[in-house]
Amino acid sequence: MLELLWLVPAIPFASALLLAVLRLSRKAVAWIAVGSIAASSMVSLLVTVSYLLAPPAANSYTQVLGRWFDVGGLHPDIALYLDPLSLIMVVVVAFVSFLIHIYSTEFMIEDEGYARFFAYMNLFVASMLTLLLADNLLLLYLGWEGVGLCSYLLIGFWYRDVENGLAGRKAFIVTRVGDTALLIGLFLLFHELGTLNIQELMQQASQHWPIGSAAATTAALLLLGGAVGKSAQLPLQTWLPDAMAGPTPVSALIHAATMVTAGVYLIARTHILFSLAPQAQFAVAVVGAATLLMAGFSALTQWDLKRVLAYSTISQIGYMFLALGVGAWPAAIFHFMTHAFFKALLFLGAGIVIQSLGEEHNIFRMGGLRKQLPIAFWTFLIAGLSLAGLPLITAGAFSKDWILWGALSAAHGSVTFWAVALVGVLLTSLYTFRMIFLVFFGEAHSQVTKRAGKAMYIPCLILGLLSIVGGYVEGPFARFLDTVLPWNAGNIHAVPITEIASEVIATLVFLLGTYVAYILFLRKPAYTAMLGSSSAGGVLHRFWFSDWGMDWLNDRLFVRPLVWLAQVDKNDFVDAFYAGVAGITEITWSVLRRTETGKLRLYAAGIAAGSIVFIAVVLFL
Amino acid sequence: MTVIPMSHGLILGGVLFALGLAGLLMRRNLLFILISLEIMLNGAGVAFVAAGSRWGQPDGQIMFLFILAAAAAEVSVGLALLLRFYRLHNTLDADSTSEMRG
Repeated sequence: MLELLWLVPAIPFASALLLAVLRLSRKAVAWIAVGSIAASSMVSLLVTVSYLLAPPAANSYTQVLGRWFDVGGLHPDIALYLDPLSLIMVVVVAFVSFLIHIYSTEFMIEDEGYARFFAYMNLFVASMLTLLLADNLLLLYLGWEGVGLCSYLLIGFWYRDVENGLAGRKAFIVTRVGDTALLIGLFLLFHELGTLNIQELMQQASQHWPIGSAAATTAALLLLGGAVGKSAQLPLQTWLPDAMAGPTPVSALIHAATMVTAGVYLIARTHILFSLAPQAQFAVAVVGAATLLMAGFSALTQWDLKRVLAYSTISQIGYMFLALGVGAWPAAIFHFMTHAFFKALLFLGAGIVIQSLGEEHNIFRMGGLRKQLPIAFWTFLIAGLSLAGLPLITAGAFSKDWILWGALSAAHGSVTFWAVALVGVLLTSLYTFRMIFLVFFGEAHSQVTKRAGKAMYIPCLILGLLSIVGGYVEGPFARFLDTVLPWNAGNIHAVPITEIASEVIATLVFLLGTYVAYILFLRKPAYTAMLGSSSAGGVLHRFWFSDWGMDWLNDRLFVRPLVWLAQVDKNDFVDAFYAGVAGITEITWSVLRRTETGKLRLYAAGIAAGSIVFIAVVLFL
Repeated sequence: MTVIPMSHGLILGGVLFALGLAGLLMRRNLLFILISLEIMLNGAGVAFVAAGSRWGQPDGQIMFLFILAAAAAEVSVGLALLLRFYRLHNTLDADSTSEMRG
């Protein structure tokens, strides 16, 4: 059954083409779009089952579909590579995409661009699956740019509002900075090792490069640059909050569950390279730790429900980067999986809330929705608890505890990283419960005008179930991944506390955060107002609200100097050349236009004179 | 019976053609421009017939039949345009219309 693998990305791609070319009724569009993703996830499940029943040799399966091209020693194949890592990613992506597509059939029903929306979404799923299954870095890069393109198209989906188009452009340009670093990294790897096949590359790298060598560090840092751009980590995270301009299912699928974790996948896929470059791996951990704190603080101050969730996504991906950086590889992938479930659910719940209040995004104008939208409330609460990490029950707690334990005990773990992650737990529970208390508890400020139907609630219920049971598979998950991403913590260096103690401390911190949120945002809102009106509180609030002034900094550091340079350099010789061509054309025009008199007889005379000259030339020359 | 030399025929054709061209360029009345055009066509026709008889071939006369057909078609279209022109401008002066000058 493994040879069906190529169908997994091929079906959504074919359906995207179909939806782009044909003009169909809304019903047909929905059937084709959802059907293709359903078929794709069914095939991925079939592949999983046959993989589990009869694991292929060396725990990996390669399917070569053809040679892409063959130029100067570079001959990448169009080949798919299946191992436990890509298998888990593919199944999660396909299944979450399926649920979000079902949700979208109702969410987007009144939109005029129904077919366009689903064509983009299917193209996105196809690109994402190509990225995950790619056998070489070039094919991975194709998928990488494909998801970037779809992200741009879908952020600017409601393009009639200029703001949305600008948000899409920002996402495209900022991630492009990272993509360029990744591309240079690819060039470097090919130049040094002569191949782009990931498995060969890893083998060659560990043979040729000693640990800590300059080439390995440079290559790993360049790959990290690409990952930082795509996964919205410091310093390239500014595009993700603005990306919330897109429709909510897009935020759920692309900007929370799948695409933004592509950077995590890239680093996990090339983790051998990062093991060879301890400095680069340390950089991964530092980026993750810094991002998870900064985004956590920013999430505390946002008033737009979707922007709270966006900063929360940045912060949670920071956790994954931290796990990768300290060497707790499987913990990062496990957190990717649980995060995909609960964060997609949070966004879908937010979509229901926003739509039922008539496009109200401000959480301070919501409130008391617990009674009016019970299903949305309960699923949102489950996802929120999973995000904040309610221990023993929710999936998020299992993955977060694993990361915390890894930050302390894994190969490059330290008490500092552990403490940072713990502060992150506090922030997470604070902003999560701030959001839940303001939206669902307290007094109602808005009236529910529209109720979501079955197609929107059922995916929420399924994701809610997964947000709970997803955590119980931790043991089998680690064993399954062990051949690709080994996990051997606790015996590398001395650790001051045990795993159980770490979990108990995390639980206490979670409870503290919940309690503080309860006091500040539900019981005594006056305290919050007092904090905000004090001068230091006001400054901090503005600072965090603007994402630590990152947009301002980027504007001063990059945008303005570039604009200034373009203005100063307006008349260099390249521009002068083109201006000259235009000038000559204009002069010729003003001369030739005088022959266009509109006088019929003059034209006839011109034709006669011309013929005479022509005949004379033929006869006498 | 003396044979008319080819040069005479060609000279006649050339003179007709030149007369037609001169009329075409000088007259302002569209009707006369059209007639001048016919004269030019006939000049070319004479040259064909003369050349055909010089080599004893029927081609020249066949070409003249083609020219007649083309001229008939051209006149029918030209006269129709002329009538439209007169309705629009109330004149047949070719110089009165120069709306499409550059």
